[in-house]
Amino acid sequence: MSHLLEVKNLDVKFDTDEGRITAVENISLSVDQGEVLGIVGESGSGKSVTAKSIMKLNPGNTSYNEDAEIILDNENVLQFTSKQDLKKIRGGKVSMIFQEPMASFAPAIKIGAQMVEQLLIHKNINKDEAKSISINMLKRVGIADAEKRFNQYAFELSGGMRQRAMIAMALSTMPKLLLADEPTTALDVTIQAQVINLIKDIIKEYQMGVIFITHDLGVIAQVADHVAVMYLGSVVEKGPVNEILKNPKHPYTKGLLQALPDINNLDAPLSPIPGNIPSPLDRPTGCVFRTRCPHHNPEGKDGKIEMKLIEVEPGHWVDQCGIKCGQNG
Amino acid sequence: MGNNLISVNNVSVNFDYQENFISKKQKIHAVNNINIKIQKGSFFGLVGESGSGKTTLGRAILGANKISSGNVIFHDDERDYDLTNMNKQDLKEYRKKAQLIFQDPYAALSPRMTVRDIIAEPLEVMKITNSRQETDERVRDIASKCRLNIEHLRRFPHAFSGGQRQRISIARALVSNPKFIVADESVAALDVSIQADILNLLKQLQTELNLTYLFISHDLSVVAHVCDVVAVMYLGHIVEMGPSRQLFKNPKHSYTKALLSSIPSIDPEKRSQAIELKGEIPSALNPPPGCVFRTRCPNPGIDCKGGEIKMGLTEVEPGHWVDQCCAL
Repeated sequence: MSHLLEVKNLDVKFDTDEGRITAVENISLSVDQGEVLGIVGESGSGKSVTAKSIMKLNPGNTSYNEDAEIILDNENVLQFTSKQDLKKIRGGKVSMIFQEPMASFAPAIKIGAQMVEQLLIHKNINKDEAKSISINMLKRVGIADAEKRFNQYAFELSGGMRQRAMIAMALSTMPKLLLADEPTTALDVTIQAQVINLIKDIIKEYQMGVIFITHDLGVIAQVADHVAVMYLGSVVEKGPVNEILKNPKHPYTKGLLQALPDINNLDAPLSPIPGNIPSPLDRPTGCVFRTRCPHHNPEGKDGKIEMKLIEVEPGHWVDQCGIKCGQNG
Repeated sequence: MGNNLISVNNVSVNFDYQENFISKKQKIHAVNNINIKIQKGSFFGLVGESGSGKTTLGRAILGANKISSGNVIFHDDERDYDLTNMNKQDLKEYRKKAQLIFQDPYAALSPRMTVRDIIAEPLEVMKITNSRQETDERVRDIASKCRLNIEHLRRFPHAFSGGQRQRISIARALVSNPKFIVADESVAALDVSIQADILNLLKQLQTELNLTYLFISHDLSVVAHVCDVVAVMYLGHIVEMGPSRQLFKNPKHSYTKALLSSIPSIDPEKRSQAIELKGEIPSALNPPPGCVFRTRCPNPGIDCKGGEIKMGLTEVEPGHWVDQCCAL
């Protein structure tokens, strides 16, 4: 069976004044229908850049490598250049939910007008139909007084409500793939729990594929089926969520789990990962994690081992340098 | 008194609010009738969602917000400072002793000043040191305590990562040798791997320099890990307060219970046992009468539904206080 989305050997580079920055290197991922792929990683790990590549939303100074492929529904998105083609993916087959709902709604246009506008672009329907679809969607995501909210501006809604409206807007075009970029990070925990449950229900109902980006491993454990752990533009470990969180192999994944305060185990010390994330301008050669790796093996330390994922258990892939280091600690 | 460093007595903070110039003036009840005692050398946690008044309370204790009623007493070795009744000289003295660490280390540091100047600024403003040499000595001393390299002092903040910047902010807060620190969401903007490092640093500095913290955070797991005493705030009121382990093991208030259950579990097999709270935090312009939580409470009693029970803490176990509405 072919996947809904398949990303193969993707490199993303940005040309800046200080030189060419490698934001993402050699990433391969796949998402099936009705499946949630979680991408975890700290700031600067390339999670959002990867997601934006799928919609070709990266800025003009971006270059992709020649042999990369992003196959969505049997078409290579990276070869799309015409506005017509891009329109098909942006908001059509793929929708995105952003972190900061206040920044993603236009402040001076009513929420309803924004929802109707995108429906008119992507669907062959008239204004009244678009309005009724939008209001139904607002009701579906649990917004009370949907008719009233339809005629309000983003600033009149609270944070949780805005994020619900954002979700309603993203879903109203019935995309096949939903990109959720830190959708719950700006929310309070109680609201976060509501939004996570809502997203889970909706995925089940509409059977769409989802890429869920977050830095919070707890959220990943709650929503994802598969996980890819990213560090400095590379996937260092990927596999089923249970495997990754309960049986992590890469020292970075282990480090992340140990650094996380666990409310059920207050006696465990908090162990930070030593050092700082290197600047993407001087990205280490070989294993990207070696400058902070607590257990580096001698070969990995020199940067002689190339990054390459190896399948250690069915479906569980770990970077080859990380396997060796992981065994040491 | 004795062991307390800060006593907050019946403190309320109200803000005036006027929607536009013809509408009626209203009052926002940001903080209502708060009583807390912060012991010397303790790590006092304040948790709650956005809009619960935690930052306002923290700022009120620092004298940065006007206190509408009640008072805050800072018990120093020689004398007590009453924050509501302080002259300029006293306020200057108090500022040396109580400092704030901000949330966002990117916004808190001036991009045009070197790290040395940033850390030295409080010393110069408060006229604590007399010569440049003395200033430099203090700066170097505190920088090394905060694990900053001496050669970093000549650089500008843009050269640093989030974790390093937060260490610079901590060094600046500590350079005047304060006794009391308000850390307002000081790890919220950091990555997990760095967050643990900063928390460990705060703990270490606490023992080294005899500090007392008021740690404001929305992240319960972080608070549970570092704090000795925790107060949970909701809509300007403290709804539960007690020793942190006792409170997290045996929460009494429905809001605390809901908050705890909302933390996403790291175990994929334990999916969603969150007690879902309906709706959102009500506006502080017009809080519900009686128990402020009753509009969202998953299991309100008959009495509190009507809003007949007033807010007020009762002691259910030694040191463990719960709002009376839920304690019943």
